[in-house]
Amino acid sequence: MPASYEEIQEKVITELSKLTSPDAGLTEDSELVTELGLDSFKVLDLLMDIEDEFDISMPVNLLADVHTVRDLATRIHTVVNTPS
Amino acid sequence: MSLFDKFQPLAQDRHTLLDQGIDPFGAPIEEIYSPTEALINGRRTILAGTNNYLGLTFDEDCLDAAHAALDEQGTGTTGSRMANGSFSGHRALEQEIAAFYECDKAIVFTTGYQANLAVISGLANNEDTIVIDADSHASIYDGCRLSGADIVRFRHNNPDDLHKRLNRLGRRAANALVIIEGIYSMLGDKARIGEIIEVKNACGALLLVDEAHSLGVLGERGRGLVEEAGVINEADFIVGTFSKSLASTGGYCVSNHPQLDFIRYASRPYIFTASPCPSVIASTRQALKRVENGADLRARLWRHAQRLYRHLHDAGYELGPEPCPVIAALLDTREQALALWRGLHEHGIYVNLIFPPATPGGKSLVRISVSAAHTDEQIDKICRAFSALSGT
Repeated sequence: MPASYEEIQEKVITELSKLTSPDAGLTEDSELVTELGLDSFKVLDLLMDIEDEFDISMPVNLLADVHTVRDLATRIHTVVNTPS
Repeated sequence: MSLFDKFQPLAQDRHTLLDQGIDPFGAPIEEIYSPTEALINGRRTILAGTNNYLGLTFDEDCLDAAHAALDEQGTGTTGSRMANGSFSGHRALEQEIAAFYECDKAIVFTTGYQANLAVISGLANNEDTIVIDADSHASIYDGCRLSGADIVRFRHNNPDDLHKRLNRLGRRAANALVIIEGIYSMLGDKARIGEIIEVKNACGALLLVDEAHSLGVLGERGRGLVEEAGVINEADFIVGTFSKSLASTGGYCVSNHPQLDFIRYASRPYIFTASPCPSVIASTRQALKRVENGADLRARLWRHAQRLYRHLHDAGYELGPEPCPVIAALLDTREQALALWRGLHEHGIYVNLIFPPATPGGKSLVRISVSAAHTDEQIDKICRAFSALSGT
């Protein structure tokens, strides 16, 4: 199910908004851990939700260099648009 | 940024905790009197957070065996299993564990943590996929990371979710390693192992079951959830620890796959560490015999566990999903959990305090582990303390 970067970013922000306070001011540059206060397991749980949302398999180890919302959306975009 | 700046948030947390007295994450056990009693912070205390499920730490046969090994073989092996650290006792224990499970192969490791590290990182590499329960122990996560394999999590104890995620792997599912635990250490719930085996068989995956908290606790002969569920031969690998029901330190893996032996030559956590001390091996061998013939201990353990679980439930505590020798009281905030932990300490009861992110669902936990060695009077006292502190 290919999707544009913008679609993915919107869904990531929607999922993240369920985990953060309404005044978190979510943007592409928001840092998942240091700024939004997500602990490592919340990020991993978010990843499971995203896998279900896009019906993809996205291994945990792909998150190694993910720090911001943009990093996460970019990773998902790559996986979603890579033929299996 | 200095090398040490990363510790700043931790230092702040530690400062706040220590400001309030005893450190819950390093309670000093000043004297140990029995499997269930110690002197902590100057107070005689009931131990209800030591994973000493069968209470064998002072078993006379285990003590005698350890003393004899110490006298006959010295204090340590001073070498790894691959070098000079494989004494006859290590080999004998491996044969006894294999016979205990009626499996072909067994390997002994220096700790339970290293058993998971060694087996997982030995089996899988960066061309493989490991599918783990989301609530897996840190040793499983660390083993996966060390392997370099792709790591996929499935929702805790949910066979349908596992099936969905294995299906998404396509052809890779047939070579995937699925990892579950017999009893999960945080909430004390048992794996839905029968359904999980159906899923892994349907997909052709392999299954590793970590019985750290279920060895000695479940099954007629104490072989864990795989025995209770009648599926010993369906698990490709069974991993466990000596540091709970067997009352020493060390770990093991058993399997009917002949390739298990290659872990000895391919796995860094096995190769590059000293082997267990002879006295540890000797007491473990005795404890294993007691576990196998420990129906009396298991009956007492479960009687205590069910009584305590029911009491805490009736006192209004939010608990894990089922009675078990691991009983977790779930608290919404760290402050509530810390207050309960401190209150129990003041009542002369030691339990475990666990904060997020190590806990499921972002809750804080006060975790009890029941022992067959607890007396009815000690369980009474624990019940009374929890009742007195409910609502704190």
